[in-house]
Amino acid sequence: MLGSGIVKGFVETARNFVGSFHDPERLVTIEYPDERQELPENSRNFPMLVYDGDDPMKGLRCVACKICEKECPPQCIYIEVERDAKGKALKHPRIFDLDISVCMSCQICVEVCPFDAIKMDTAFELSTDNRFGGLLLNKHQLAKPNSYYRAIHPLEAAEVDERLAAEQAKAAAKAKAAAAKAPAPAAVNAVAT
Amino acid sequence: MFELFDQLFVNLKHAVVGALPEGWRGLASPLISAAAILGVFASLFALTVLVERKGLGRIQNRPGPNRVGPAGLLQPLADFIKALTKEDIVPVSADKVLHFLAPVVMLAPVLLAYAVLPFGRNMVAVDFDAGLLFFFAAGACVELAVFMAGWSSHNKFSLLGAMRAIAQMISYELPLILATLGVVMLVGSLSLEDIVDSQAGHHWGWLARWWVFTPWGLAAFVIFLIAATAESNRAPFDLPEGEAELVAGHLVEYSGFKYAIFFIAEYLGLFAVSALAITLFLGGWHAPVAGLDWLPSWFWFGVKLAGFIVFFIWVRGTLPRVRVDHLMGFAWKFLLPLVLWNLVVAAVWWYSRGWAFAGAGILRWVGCAAMILIPYSLLGRALYTRHGLGPRTYRLVA
Ligand code: SF4
Ligand code: SF4
Repeated sequence: MLGSGIVKGFVETARNFVGSFHDPERLVTIEYPDERQELPENSRNFPMLVYDGDDPMKGLRCVACKICEKECPPQCIYIEVERDAKGKALKHPRIFDLDISVCMSCQICVEVCPFDAIKMDTAFELSTDNRFGGLLLNKHQLAKPNSYYRAIHPLEAAEVDERLAAEQAKAAAKAKAAAAKAPAPAAVNAVAT
Repeated sequence: MFELFDQLFVNLKHAVVGALPEGWRGLASPLISAAAILGVFASLFALTVLVERKGLGRIQNRPGPNRVGPAGLLQPLADFIKALTKEDIVPVSADKVLHFLAPVVMLAPVLLAYAVLPFGRNMVAVDFDAGLLFFFAAGACVELAVFMAGWSSHNKFSLLGAMRAIAQMISYELPLILATLGVVMLVGSLSLEDIVDSQAGHHWGWLARWWVFTPWGLAAFVIFLIAATAESNRAPFDLPEGEAELVAGHLVEYSGFKYAIFFIAEYLGLFAVSALAITLFLGGWHAPVAGLDWLPSWFWFGVKLAGFIVFFIWVRGTLPRVRVDHLMGFAWKFLLPLVLWNLVVAAVWWYSRGWAFAGAGILRWVGCAAMILIPYSLLGRALYTRHGLGPRTYRLVA
């Protein structure tokens, strides 16, 4: 009969109303910022620079090869190489700036980096009252420890750690072989983990 | 003891008026009533907005406002301060005087309508012989205000919204008034006090003799509720301010406190029309069953009003906005014939009151109920299938 659909609707909304008080399944709102949703493993926002060890600047994996700078589509990375007194390039960035107001979170920098030095961060509370300086992150702000990387992307970090450890072991074996062949001690540029 | 609580506010007013010098009393008495009505219903408005936002939230499975004060209880205060401090913008091309007057013309008649409503035993500001007529006459001014707002804004959305509002309000005024006519016929008076008195006493010694317990009364009550929702521009009949097509209808060019006044007037109108429904069909301030009349009369009125408010919030949370042609069709093709027929049923009910054979009461009730239900179902089916009020189906023509 005319009107039965309306009654059905009333019953449905009444069920929602009552249910939202005792059934947590129904009340799905996560009251940010009091509560936070756990971010999924694949979430990403802006890149960060991973470092090993305790000193952020010494432990940076980045060797300032500038591949990411060239590949970044909106060109938001700016890198300058550290040079010693004689002007010889050291394998370290003197400046590593990333403009997150330009970055489009495409992750291409991460894909192209041969040294697993740049990874995607998940931090999203980046609002600032200074729209120029506040959004231009330098290498100190970008540097994050490997333990943090493991915490936010456990699966990916485990794979990277394994690969780096294998490479290191291979390099160590090669160095040992070289050392056995020639008595001169080879300088091992191993990546510490 | 009962007398004390029941007449608490009445005696309080008498005490205050009595304390004044002789010459002031005539002026003070209505002023005190007006201040009381204004204070009570303005706070009720604040409370309703909060309950509505909370309730709608729960209906949509979200918590609703909960940041201002404990559990969001101070939200109305925050809204109030926001409305007060917002910039008041008047369009350059607007008719400044009318634009300013529209909210006032909207609120004043709504407040006037409260004058004749009996809120409890002896609690009516003005006991008019033609109270019902006065109520509707005052209520009709709202249409003027809406059109003033729409016209003076000099904005096509405003004007279209106002036109819609006028069309809707005039169409629904008919079923609204005709629905009350049954009660007037049987009581034989337009005074709301008399109408409440006519519902005193009990059936079988316990159930109150409210008009809503008669078949025609129930039908009139339901029609009255539908028409009242449309009259006060509530969802699902809030087409005049349909965001999707009209931005906010006649309210487009209003901001700040003028907008808030429209908002207040709309809610006060809703309370007034709910109060009228209580008075006409739900026994006014009478208790629903015999054993409960030890509670004060104004308490019962308040409980019923709260029930209406909850119901209107529930309706808003449930029903989607209707389409314009459906709105009109529903009023003219469905409600109007039904409410006219309902008057006939009310007359039958009146003339069968003298029946005195065995089972007469049941026969009278069932007979009248059938007289309403059968046309309702037939009319509903006919309109649904034949006159395009049902769901539309579209076919692609190759
Ligand atoms: S982050 Fe990677 S790709 Fe970019 S400069 Fe450093 S090492 Fe090279
Ligand atoms: S995520 Fe994309 S846009 Fe952002 S720095 Fe890396 S390559 Fe550039």
